[in-house]
Amino acid sequence: MLKIFRGGVNTPHRKNTEESKTLVMDIPSRVIIPMVQHIGAPCTPTVKKGDLVKVGQVIGNSEAYVSAPVHASVSGTVTRVEPMLYASGKQVMSVEIQTDGNQDVDENIQPPVIHSRDDFLKALRNSGLVGLGGAGFPTHVKLNPPKDKSIEYLIINGAECEPYITSDYRELMENAHGVIKGIQLVLDMLGIPKAIIGVEDNKPKAIQLLTEKAAADNRISVKTLHSRYPQGAEKTLIYTVTGRKVPAGGKLPADVGCIVLNVNSVSFIASYIETGMPLIHKRVTVDGPVIKRPQNVLVPIGTSLRDLIDFCGGFQEKPFKILMGGPMMGIAQYSLDTSVIKNTNAILAFDKKEGDLPSESACIRCGRCVDACPMHLIPSDLNRLVMAGKYDELGAYHILDCIECGSCSYVCPAKRYLVQSIRIGKDAVRKNAKKA
Amino acid sequence: MENRLFVSSSPHLRENASTRKIMLDVIIALLPAVVAGIWFFGMRAALVIIVTVAAAVLTEYLMRLGLKREQTVSDLSAVVTGLLLALNLPPSIPIWIAIVGSVIAIALIKQLFGGLGQNFMNPALGARVMLVVAWAGRMTTWTDPVTDAVATATPLGALKEGTLQSFSYSELFWGNIAGCIGETSAFAILLGCAWLLARKVITWRIPVFFVGTVALLTWVLGPDGLFTGDPLYHILAGGLMLGAVFMATDYVTNPITRKGRIIFAIGCGVLTSLFRLYGNMPEGVSFAIILMNIVTPLIDRHTVPVSFGGERHVE
Repeated sequence: MLKIFRGGVNTPHRKNTEESKTLVMDIPSRVIIPMVQHIGAPCTPTVKKGDLVKVGQVIGNSEAYVSAPVHASVSGTVTRVEPMLYASGKQVMSVEIQTDGNQDVDENIQPPVIHSRDDFLKALRNSGLVGLGGAGFPTHVKLNPPKDKSIEYLIINGAECEPYITSDYRELMENAHGVIKGIQLVLDMLGIPKAIIGVEDNKPKAIQLLTEKAAADNRISVKTLHSRYPQGAEKTLIYTVTGRKVPAGGKLPADVGCIVLNVNSVSFIASYIETGMPLIHKRVTVDGPVIKRPQNVLVPIGTSLRDLIDFCGGFQEKPFKILMGGPMMGIAQYSLDTSVIKNTNAILAFDKKEGDLPSESACIRCGRCVDACPMHLIPSDLNRLVMAGKYDELGAYHILDCIECGSCSYVCPAKRYLVQSIRIGKDAVRKNAKKA
Repeated sequence: MENRLFVSSSPHLRENASTRKIMLDVIIALLPAVVAGIWFFGMRAALVIIVTVAAAVLTEYLMRLGLKREQTVSDLSAVVTGLLLALNLPPSIPIWIAIVGSVIAIALIKQLFGGLGQNFMNPALGARVMLVVAWAGRMTTWTDPVTDAVATATPLGALKEGTLQSFSYSELFWGNIAGCIGETSAFAILLGCAWLLARKVITWRIPVFFVGTVALLTWVLGPDGLFTGDPLYHILAGGLMLGAVFMATDYVTNPITRKGRIIFAIGCGVLTSLFRLYGNMPEGVSFAIILMNIVTPLIDRHTVPVSFGGERHVE
């Protein structure tokens, strides 16, 4: 029996690219690398216009603990250091590099020397690794929970529950060995007794492969997960894998003895410890009805969406909407000049049919949003209160527990903009709390 | 301008569901009861159904026009209301009363409160209750489906009079008994119920808790002392099945959470049983549901679920 979480929705899978072996992209003529690719303090550029940079060289760093350095993904000349358009739609300090095509590697790059847990965490910070599955939380912080929390489970997130995206799946299929190696490293270095790899049951080949690879290490097990969105959300994943519930109200997985890492993050740890090459490229699923050649591509970080899509044969017809990320939580882009960053896992291009907005009608109180909410909220009530401007009442309806997965809007037969309004409400509640 | 990309907040994918599709499923689910009604009560029943639905749709159209609101006739909710009202009327009802009922349901109970989703009680039941109060005689004149003559009593009426067992379970199940157009055939209603469940328009909770509560209470509080009642008779007779499957499950007027819906259904069951056993009218399903409709906001307020991993919110 598969353990299931209450709520969620059955989204279509549309894993069109699951058999697409990762192609390594040609080096684009220029890259734009933002100084913010993670949750935490932004980096400050450590290079200036005219500097020559090499592959793997640090080009941005920060003194803050919760942050991760940014590296050059190409060799070439720095041509601009200024705020530029970022995936969120805002302007963010970025470094533009004109590539020279040589891909000269920085001489300082060598495998890190690790004698202790602290060395390991320091190495992770230097690697630039942040959560590659979504939010981009710096991994060295995640792997260093408060001393009083003992961690029993390392959970590897291979759910990949968003439609279209197969970049985690390809990592499992192409580098299962690296995934297992990364897990073993983390278990050894942090003294965690057990690791569980969670994979949705729509990826039977990956489950089989991992089960074989993990057989030699009895600390590691593979858990088949029911394919249901948002299975890969941290809280639902921890629940289905261990039966534990991360307490509401800003508590962390470590509070229930768990740490969750994405499959790509954990295998990167293995490759970094072996080679010392920091995080400079990312596997991205490029798909959607208007992409000529949907495929998985290993992309230098900082590559523009335009260059990436050109590499995939361009558009078959005029795109209507471009997403960075999946259709459930991805961010719509208004320009193709934004760059692929560390936690980009997909670029999807939709036509009008797929991307257009439905028109909203009256709530009929059918309760489907209530049944779909994995956090057990009442999206329809939150929507009503936000639209009426009754921000004071949102707290009693636990608005801050919303994980913005979008299941409510997905199922709503009246096509109401539920999670969209809840985001506005969360913002208002946070601002009010700051004032008080 | 030409090459602009469209930007919106996620999700960018929606399920292929709509209010109209849900209403269409309800209409399909009501068809067996419509057919049974016409089968047992003849063309007269067909006329009542057609006129009531047409009046409901026309009232909806005119109200939206008069209120200068976007037209909503195409969401089919007015058709559902018209059908439900017709199925809750006696076949011999004067046509003009049926029309008045449609106008009350759509104009007064639904549109004046803001239209679909805003009404505080089920429009069809609200209208029915007003008609019962206004024209008590006409609303309780029944037709015998076999002889077409004015019937002596409905199954529940017979029960109230103390002439129990004048109807067999099989008559009650198939529906060749006196009653409202759509309420007599438990079989037809069960077919509709199966459709609603299969299409996931409703869940089992409200019908089961509602009917279950009535069964339990009518059995326990029997005429000859505790545990002497006839629950099966109470389930099959009168408007319980129609009410539990089609009226109490009305999304707009029942609570939105699982727990709230169970409380609501049990409340409907308790009130129905009390009205039937101790009231001065034989039937009480309509009043029970409407009373529970009215306390729905109260139930909603007290059944806000605990968040995943959360603790009960303390005021």
